[in-house]
Amino acid sequence: MLTKRIIPCLDIKNGRTVKGINFVDLRDAGDPVELAEIYAKTGADELVFLDISATEERRRTLADLVLRVAEKVNIPFTVGGGISSVEDVDILLHNGADKVSINSSAVKNPQLINDLVAKFGSQCIVVAIDAKQINGEWIVHLVGGKVPTTLNLFTWAKEVEDRGAGEILFTSMDHDGTKDGFANEALARLSTELNIPIIASGGAGNMQHFTDTFMEGKADAALAASVFHFKEIEIKDLKAELKRNNIPVRL
Amino acid sequence: MKIVIIDYGAGNIQSIKFAFQRLGYEAILSKDAEGIMTADKVIFPGVGEASSAMKKLRESKLDQIIPKLKQPVLGICLGMQLMCHSSEEGNTQGLGIFDVDVVKFSNEVKVPQIGWNQITNLKSDLFKNVNEKEHIYLVHSFYAPLCKETIAEADYGLGYSAALRKDNFYGTQFHPEKSSEVGERILRNFIETIHTPN
Repeated sequence: MLTKRIIPCLDIKNGRTVKGINFVDLRDAGDPVELAEIYAKTGADELVFLDISATEERRRTLADLVLRVAEKVNIPFTVGGGISSVEDVDILLHNGADKVSINSSAVKNPQLINDLVAKFGSQCIVVAIDAKQINGEWIVHLVGGKVPTTLNLFTWAKEVEDRGAGEILFTSMDHDGTKDGFANEALARLSTELNIPIIASGGAGNMQHFTDTFMEGKADAALAASVFHFKEIEIKDLKAELKRNNIPVRL
Repeated sequence: MKIVIIDYGAGNIQSIKFAFQRLGYEAILSKDAEGIMTADKVIFPGVGEASSAMKKLRESKLDQIIPKLKQPVLGICLGMQLMCHSSEEGNTQGLGIFDVDVVKFSNEVKVPQIGWNQITNLKSDLFKNVNEKEHIYLVHSFYAPLCKETIAEADYGLGYSAALRKDNFYGTQFHPEKSSEVGERILRNFIETIHTPN
């Protein structure tokens, strides 16, 4: 049986791991390669590296990091942050990334999804969507959730699927950093309306939240950062708890 | 021990190279017939779309070389699928090594399948020291149905081939290079346990 995935997310700035609290206040949480190795050994199913640096050196720094991670880590990993062209993706996949995640660049140029899928295949193209509710409607946001668009979450998600993306990483900006649980209602709707895997992100605070997002949110995978980085939740304990709740996991 | 990864422009080659490095072996990349035919072990990788990958194989005439190889060959993911008779993806004629047609998962399940599934009914030395129901990592939308060449099964809405074998040819739908310690055992078996038949 296919298992539900637990995915620690490593926010990367200038080659170092950081975690944003509501994407603003950054705290250092260590060396990315070392942290990735620890996660691979302690039961993470997959890793996401999200590059949030904004320097001209960014592209090369990220490509170098991907190579160093691929050398050491024996589980799959996804890389995202500032990716906006076929060339960007080419070097990251070539260096050993399993998947890439695109966000703002897909909103600005939806054709990019089709182009990437045609060249590299659906299986490695993840589209990340950040959204929050405005007057009761889920609205897609850009730039780490700061800039609202006119796109409705569910309409955009459907378009992303139709254009060939293999997976959606949905972050609720209303939940991110709150440690109050995932956006399970929206997640369940995405999972029902779409036929590609959905990764839940934003709001993980305790182990029950993961059970809830798999049961109520129908998520295929759950992503979190600080609860793992600061050892508030051990992945081994989390998976044992999920198994007790009859959720299929890889132990 | 000369391990060659076929480099035809359609594969996550770096990851496979690093996986062997972690096991203490150096794998080299090659795209020419001589380099591939003189290998002790051949890895045939593949990610992406079937018809364009097959086109690349034909352009480099590797479609003629691979089926004639006598040493152990391991196709991974799309590599395995291209070793089959055909694929529904892009109506692709495959290498015809495995007598099975690759088809798409139905919409009863989410497509692609992404993540860790279990392998069962293990029937080859490739799985020495691997237990029934251990987890391996997969990413795919198309699958090879169960057939007489199936040496491992997985279940995703239906049972299908997680691995195939015919003579010296092996194929895994999953990515051993990304399947943690289980995958490392399988790669090690391919190198240390599977030998060229006399």
